[in-house]
Amino acid sequence: MSRVGRALLLVLLFWRGLRAPRPPGPEPAVEEGGPEEGRPFRREVGAQRRDELLVAGLLLASAAASAAFIALLFADADPRLLGLSLALAVGLLGAALGLASRRLVPREEAIEQRPRLAHPEALPPVRARLGSVGQGVSRRGLLGAAGVAAGTALAAAVAVPVTALGPAVGESIAQTPWRRGRRLVGENGKPLRAGDIPAGSFVTAFPEGADKRELGSAVVVVREDPERLALPPERQDWAPLGIVAYSKICTHAGCALAMYRQPLYEPTSDQPGIACPCHYSVFDPRTGGTVLAGPAARSLPQLPLRLGPGGELRAGGGFSGPIGPSWWGVRKT
Amino acid sequence: MNSDALRFLDERLSTNRPLRKALRYVFPDHWSFMLGEVALYSFLVLVATGTFLALFFEPSLDPRVYAGPFEPLRGREVSAAYESVLGLSFEVPAGLLMRQTHHWAADVFLVAIVLHLVRIFFTGAFRKPRELNYLIGVTMLGLAVLEGFLGYSLVDDLLSGMGLAIAYAVAMSIPLVGGDLAHLTWGGEFPGSGVIQSRLYIGHVFVIPAVLAGLIALHLASIVRQRHTQFRGGLESEDNVIGTPLWPGYALRSAALALLTAAVLFGLGGLVQVNPVWQWGPYEPWQATNGAQPDWYLGWLIGGLRLMPPVEIVIGDFTLVPNPFFAGVLFPAVVFGVLYLWPWLEQRFITRDLASHHLLDRPRDNPRRTAVGAAFFSWVVTVFAAGAADRFFLSTGVSYNTQMWIFRAAVFVVPAVVYVVAGRVARELRAADRHPLRGWSGAVVRRTEAGGFSADEAPDASRAP
Repeated sequence: MSRVGRALLLVLLFWRGLRAPRPPGPEPAVEEGGPEEGRPFRREVGAQRRDELLVAGLLLASAAASAAFIALLFADADPRLLGLSLALAVGLLGAALGLASRRLVPREEAIEQRPRLAHPEALPPVRARLGSVGQGVSRRGLLGAAGVAAGTALAAAVAVPVTALGPAVGESIAQTPWRRGRRLVGENGKPLRAGDIPAGSFVTAFPEGADKRELGSAVVVVREDPERLALPPERQDWAPLGIVAYSKICTHAGCALAMYRQPLYEPTSDQPGIACPCHYSVFDPRTGGTVLAGPAARSLPQLPLRLGPGGELRAGGGFSGPIGPSWWGVRKT
Repeated sequence: MNSDALRFLDERLSTNRPLRKALRYVFPDHWSFMLGEVALYSFLVLVATGTFLALFFEPSLDPRVYAGPFEPLRGREVSAAYESVLGLSFEVPAGLLMRQTHHWAADVFLVAIVLHLVRIFFTGAFRKPRELNYLIGVTMLGLAVLEGFLGYSLVDDLLSGMGLAIAYAVAMSIPLVGGDLAHLTWGGEFPGSGVIQSRLYIGHVFVIPAVLAGLIALHLASIVRQRHTQFRGGLESEDNVIGTPLWPGYALRSAALALLTAAVLFGLGGLVQVNPVWQWGPYEPWQATNGAQPDWYLGWLIGGLRLMPPVEIVIGDFTLVPNPFFAGVLFPAVVFGVLYLWPWLEQRFITRDLASHHLLDRPRDNPRRTAVGAAFFSWVVTVFAAGAADRFFLSTGVSYNTQMWIFRAAVFVVPAVVYVVAGRVARELRAADRHPLRGWSGAVVRRTEAGGFSADEAPDASRAP
């Protein structure tokens, strides 16, 4: 029934459209409004039958697209078809209205007087009225000062609860879960041994038993040629077998250092680098995390390593400096 | 409309007199006046699709084990927020369409706002008496950028977490108060205790949209109060407004623009994939992905952060102003500062003009504004382009570090060149308008009513179109 019914309806609509064009009515008198009301000075009335049919066709096509959207939704169709049908439903309706505005309804060009914005004659009475607030009051200074005090104190009182939003920056940020002797574990929680750290790649490690999401937890562990390590003198025993560990959080903007550049071809790149994909800061794992390139201005904090029984990797203490992005007053090293 | 209904309303709310005036309200015609309308209609699509999304989205970082239809993530621990977005994308009927349309609408919203701003700038539409409305517009641009950032930060996918980490670092870098501000906002050291999610959510779905809606209302009310600007033409003057009356012509045309805007957005949302969060995976602070780009309207900030040399203000062993401050706080503060102050900067240093203007300039009519404006926008665009240097490397092979040095030079060179060229072009065009015969010899040939032709030796040069 529905398909036949719709076809009949379409035929009926088009038959009406074709057979019974309504004669254009008498042109309404153009009312004279005030000067600040738009007055048409050019007016074109009358629609071509072809355009009327075209607009009707667009409206019906839009209705069909809407119906298609409903059907597709219930049929659990591909989102692309849903988007296409909805875009067509909305777009064909828009096209119909756009065409109607250009070809069907009266086309007018109107003129109106711009309203006057400034009214200087009203200024003296306004000023007088505003000034009348102090009439008959003698201690204006005292009252004004007291009012300012009340307002300021109230503003402060209302603002103070904001401090409940979070702690002040302070001790918490210098604390990391790393302690002397703490074992390094991989993402699966299993302890890492020296043999698990390959040359030419990097391993992400965490302190055993700590919250992995804490910013001070994750470290990047890489194996370098011990001959080529050039760590600062006080860190000479931080890299057993050439294995070094650094905080995985970039000191520039806090992203994770997710890339390790290992020179495969020395003429183009003769040194390894630990890089951040956010703003491409690169740190040198051989020299204690100094900045090789990019916007970072503070070295990567290094974690001292020790070898435990069976080659287990353990922390030899806390980081060499504060981890994560810098703030006002943070120590640079 | 039925006259009974009109009478009903009029007898209760006195609607007929304002309606009579409103229906004849005149809108001047120019294609560039549509840009603001496109922004308005994108906002409506954002509210509509956003309301739909909010019915399904769960603003919580509570851990869940994903058990939905997307195989690669099944069994992974994810946040409730991320899980609900996967549900929206794969299980809710039309959910993916709505999500992608929402994302596209945000991108188009900002494109339209920026183009609208550029139009306002170069036609001098910000001049007296419209300075206040211009300030509202610039404020809405800033809020829209923030709103977009909050929106994609809510999802808790890998890219959104990386964006939040950068936002945290930028907040931390603010002198004196940055550390405390960041810790207040995140409820502790990043990634914080999870309170950030509900704070982002209330900001994204209520506070900022409500403020934007209020500012849009003020923006439009102010236009109605002052009437529209218009270009010089036939009868246009400072005292009148010429164009299409609201009813019926303009109402139908504007409704058509609204629907076509929505159609484009639904078409993009259905056919062009955007932010496939299931591919990025859930965020963990120790993970990051290479080649990540933010939505386009944050490109200028990531460009600045990447371009900035490793400079910090340091005393002894203490860092005072960390590096992200310069590109993450100072740079946008300068850009918005110039935009906010421009009406007064121009008045003070370029035009010394205190008069009201309702007729628009063309860019050539004020070559110095055009030159300074073009230089200013090209400066921002150069920094924006630097944010895509990693993409350029993939397509051109020019080393990233080499490009950084090229861009660092370009930040100074491009605006200078653009300043000279734009000013010169505008001056030449203006001179050509004033003296159309300059550098041109010829005749205008006209066809007469009788069918013959006549050549005017001196073409009518009384005015420009």
